[in-house]
Amino acid sequence: MKPVSGERKTRKRPLSGTGFTPFIIRRLLTSILLVFGVTFISFSITQLVPGDPVAANLGQSAYSDPEIVAAFEKEFGLDQPVPVQYYRYITNLLQGDLGVSLSSKRPVAEDLKEYFPATLEIALVAVFLALIVGLLLGIISAVTRDRWPDQIIRVFSLTGVSMPAFWTALTAFYIFFFVLGWAPGTGRLEPGGEPPPTVTGLFTIDALIKGDFQTFRQAFSYLLLPAIVLAIYAVGVLTRFTRASMLEILGNDYVRAARAKGLPEFTVIRRHVLRPALLSIITVAGVAFASLLAGSVLVENVFSWPGLGQYAYRAAVGLDLPGIMGVSMIVATVYITMNLLVDILYRIIDPQMKDSA
Amino acid sequence: MNLLTVENLTVTLATGSGDAQAVRNLSFNVGHGEILGVAGESGSGKTMTALSMLGLLPYKGKASGSIKFDGREILTSSKREYRDLRGKEIAMIFQDPMTSLHPMLTVEVQLTEHLRHHRKVSKDAARNSALELLATVKIPEPAAALRAHPSQFSGGMRQRIAIAMALACEPKLLIADEPTTALDVTVQAGILKLLHQLRKERNLSVMVITHDLGVLSSLTDRIMIMYAGSEVESGLTTDLLRNPRHPYTKGLIAALPGNSASNSKNLLSIDGMPPELGNFPTGCAFHTRCNYAKESCKGAIPEVTNLNSTHRIFCPINPFSEVTSAGSQS
Ligand SMILES: Nc1ncnc2c1ncn2[C@@H]1O[C@H](COP(=O)(O)OP(=O)(O)OP(=O)(O)O)[C@@H](O)[C@H]1O
Ligand code: SF4
Ligand SMILES: [Mg+2]
Repeated sequence: MKPVSGERKTRKRPLSGTGFTPFIIRRLLTSILLVFGVTFISFSITQLVPGDPVAANLGQSAYSDPEIVAAFEKEFGLDQPVPVQYYRYITNLLQGDLGVSLSSKRPVAEDLKEYFPATLEIALVAVFLALIVGLLLGIISAVTRDRWPDQIIRVFSLTGVSMPAFWTALTAFYIFFFVLGWAPGTGRLEPGGEPPPTVTGLFTIDALIKGDFQTFRQAFSYLLLPAIVLAIYAVGVLTRFTRASMLEILGNDYVRAARAKGLPEFTVIRRHVLRPALLSIITVAGVAFASLLAGSVLVENVFSWPGLGQYAYRAAVGLDLPGIMGVSMIVATVYITMNLLVDILYRIIDPQMKDSA
Repeated sequence: MNLLTVENLTVTLATGSGDAQAVRNLSFNVGHGEILGVAGESGSGKTMTALSMLGLLPYKGKASGSIKFDGREILTSSKREYRDLRGKEIAMIFQDPMTSLHPMLTVEVQLTEHLRHHRKVSKDAARNSALELLATVKIPEPAAALRAHPSQFSGGMRQRIAIAMALACEPKLLIADEPTTALDVTVQAGILKLLHQLRKERNLSVMVITHDLGVLSSLTDRIMIMYAGSEVESGLTTDLLRNPRHPYTKGLIAALPGNSASNSKNLLSIDGMPPELGNFPTGCAFHTRCNYAKESCKGAIPEVTNLNSTHRIFCPINPFSEVTSAGSQS
């Protein structure tokens, strides 16, 4: 028998051990490094993209006035050499200052604080829905392989992954708002609705914190349809992937061995199949969440949802460099956080796994 | 009465090119406390025969015929009846100990889950049984082993754990599919000794599947040789190994260098390749490789010839009938 990995080593050199805490510390450090890598790449790309931000943000007549142009460039630091612009960006970033948006003329950090929670709110609800529905359908599909429940689920999940997000969004809005009248409408609250005092920026949570159940119900009813629409693609992906990885695990010798012990099928699935299958499903769930953020641009436009997608769209069209950088930072941080979560979940599900970070 | 009586077992599997019979009209039995060896080249249907006993054929596989266990027909069992049989009455050790233990579950969970399910014992009682089982199969430091995962053990140790798992609910019949392949010789000897001892102590019946002549001669009471899904010869171990009468068995044994009982070379050393599933030759399936084949062998499926009350062959030609047992091997 090989000895189980030594704890003594862990105590001496906290970062080289195989224990859980050194693993998390190491992964956190690499994550932070990654975020900085992302700022560099996205900054470089915005510099390489053709287009003049000054022209994009000043009107035709203002742009023909050299004085106004000079003042604009000076105000936003565009007259400085590129490395200086990057250096200034990074030092400001470390102080939580993301610069001033060229289009909204407000600090980017302020903008993000307003727009990001809106997206986070529908994204979280969508991920929650997608995970529950996708896993459940995938498991049912695998267990009833080739029989009618599987056939039906396969048709649905294929439809889910092949429908373009904007089409689903428009159709859902048309059916549930215009035809059935079940959906309340666009936006986060009814027109003139008073948002709850900001704590997290998620209206549902903030309303609950204040104990205002009426606003909670309203905010929830407004976010449900966009969240469902956003979840559809991820449900399709997760269902198909869960089915595939369950079937793969079901073909293993150790599953046959478990059945040979006479265990109830439910136990076999839960204990012997689902756990190893979850390892690969989690990875896909992380990717699905990321693709869900991309889908939010279209869904937010259809539902006039004042989120990061809309903000990103405006920043991109307006060649608003600080805005674009801010959005990239947020998206990159979300991606990297998702990866971190996936790695941690991996370790929880399979504690024997040695990490390779 | 025999513990297990199998009659006309036929197993049909779904293959890429339609259904094919992997086991054909197989009849055999295993007595109480008896060890039956089943041998034959790769693909002869040994594992499928074993899986039929547990109702665990691969996806879309079907078995027909009759399997009587303890006087009861089990081939027609419901899923529930099969579950009550598996692990508790009939236990199986699978071909490859590296893949048949769950990589993510501790030895304790894998040793006790079926015990707790079938016998409804408490967690502590199950753990105590598990400790005893590990001691029975001679795993050092049973308490530490319980907390470990299979990856922390060598192949031989894993096979012992698999045996302990199979014994947990004190089954009446143990099916061991190649229990010693992939293990080195000293480890093999240990496992064989263990199976012997278990049979003696618990009056356990064992069906052991193997390629290995050493295992056959030292462990089994009787042997059945299979070719292309059918029995070709069966008899008491001593009769069959000393006096093989079917051309296939004869070839297998004659081809062994030295021919001593302790020899553990594979049985696989006859000219040509065994036929593939779905392409079994007509008549006597062995006729494509048999030196004694006559035209008639290609037509009719061979009838049984009883040589004595325990020894029989499926070869109507019976080419060695005049030769006495002594000096028949060259
Ligand atoms: N899941 C499956 N689907 C279709 N055919 C299969 C399946 N599993 C095995 N077979 C085929 O069934 C035939 C009998 O296989 P079986 O495993 O019983 O042979 P075996 O005698 O145990 O051979 P080995 O000594 O290699 O273990 C082989 O031709 C094999 O290819
Ligand atoms: S029946 Fe014919 S082909 Fe088959 S083993 Fe006997 S002699 Fe050979
Ligand atoms: Mg086999």
